[in-house]
Amino acid sequence: MKAKKGKISVMMGNVVAANVAKLCRPEVVSLYPITPQSEVAETISGFVADGSLNAEIVEVEGENSAMNVVLAASMAGARTFTATSSYGLVYMYDAVLQASGYRAPIVMVNVNRETPGIHAVSSGQQDMISTRDAGWVQIIVENNQEIADQLIMCYKLAEDFDIQLPVMLNYDGYYLSYLNEEIEMPNQEDVDGFLAPLKNQPQRPRIIPGAATGCGSHGMEMGYIEARYKHVLALDRVKKKVDDIDKEFGEYFGRSYGGQIEEYQMKDAEIVILASGSAAGTAKTVIDTKRKEGIKVGLIKLRLFRPFPEEKLLAALKGKKAVGVIDRSLCFGWKYGPMAMELKALNGPLGNIPMLSYIDGLANLDITVPHVSRVVDEVNAAAQGKPYQEVTWIPLE
Amino acid sequence: MVIKYKYQLKTEATWSDANQKMLALDTGSWRTERPVLDKSLCNYCGLCALYCPPQCMKDKNDHYEVDLAFCKGCGICAHECPKKALSMKPEGDFTNEG
Repeated sequence: MKAKKGKISVMMGNVVAANVAKLCRPEVVSLYPITPQSEVAETISGFVADGSLNAEIVEVEGENSAMNVVLAASMAGARTFTATSSYGLVYMYDAVLQASGYRAPIVMVNVNRETPGIHAVSSGQQDMISTRDAGWVQIIVENNQEIADQLIMCYKLAEDFDIQLPVMLNYDGYYLSYLNEEIEMPNQEDVDGFLAPLKNQPQRPRIIPGAATGCGSHGMEMGYIEARYKHVLALDRVKKKVDDIDKEFGEYFGRSYGGQIEEYQMKDAEIVILASGSAAGTAKTVIDTKRKEGIKVGLIKLRLFRPFPEEKLLAALKGKKAVGVIDRSLCFGWKYGPMAMELKALNGPLGNIPMLSYIDGLANLDITVPHVSRVVDEVNAAAQGKPYQEVTWIPLE
Repeated sequence: MVIKYKYQLKTEATWSDANQKMLALDTGSWRTERPVLDKSLCNYCGLCALYCPPQCMKDKNDHYEVDLAFCKGCGICAHECPKKALSMKPEGDFTNEG
């Protein structure tokens, strides 16, 4: 099959998200503007106003209502879209939990930003990390093209009858939300074609006016345990589904991202850097340079954070000598960053190799080429048996 | 991991339909005391069945019998009975009945 070609244009990350959300034809949209997500709200509202998107848009007074609106609409069988960030995400937290408990296939864009406590209107993944155990699927992307493509894939994943889970698409606030980048915008008929198979599935349960059906009750005792166990199994099924959809997307549109993780220069790599989001782009540049210097370093870009790609990571890291993990957030109560901590849980089967945790890029402080270069050098030294520091706060040291 | 448990829900989430058999909780296990009927006092008025919150009083044509699988032991039936035909007895008295 010849890959479908789109229209090349230059767009800001937030505008890309709104445009692609439109192409996925949500029936109900509800969102509240918040920096650095505001243009998503602004642009998609414009589409509804000018008639180019035939959706019900519910203007709410805050994010808690936004999530409750899309949740109710999703339970009634509608395709929904919402977007938020930081304070907005935590303000809707109870509804976020409700959505995954109800197994509502909501797609939400979360533009990563630091969280309350210190009023940092700046990039960081702390918001996403704060909803890690909310039962959602969490995917992180690297650039504007990946925002576009992954958003389409998110609908295919969330609404799959075997999955039925809400999906959170994360991209770096400021770095991507306000970055104007060349992208290929898929055509409407191609997105329709890609998502069309969703219509041929069995009807998922939904609220029907007049019918005496409901959801969320009868969750006590064994009902609770059964529903939670099914939820855990569904999250486990997400892993292969993410890979399958990525492959299918690649055949259809000519672009694919590796599914759960992207492996860059990993084949003969002896040491590995693990990063996510826009920082992975910087890391790739550093890896190219370091390889010229003779260091066999590769990159794992973590795309799927929840569920955690345990099997994929174990396979990718098998035989590697050391790993450096760059976290753009904190795991309060552990000294390691959240991704480093999760990776450490896999270190047994890997033979307890050195895993170095790096905290960098908090509060919009750039994860720079010299920063990643330093990480590579330190991980390389650790791989050769030299003593190493377990956790490093790059901007402080 | 071998799951011995038989799923009660046909759906992924906890959906229920009031017109069909709903997922029932084992409310009988919550009970600390149970209603006991003195049939000689019962005039089959049906107030106990009317007031019973989980509606677990079964019509036996000349009296009502409590369904112990669902009776939470709240005591409302005994409280409402105008003939004092129902009285609440501690579960401990029935230990050997399971």
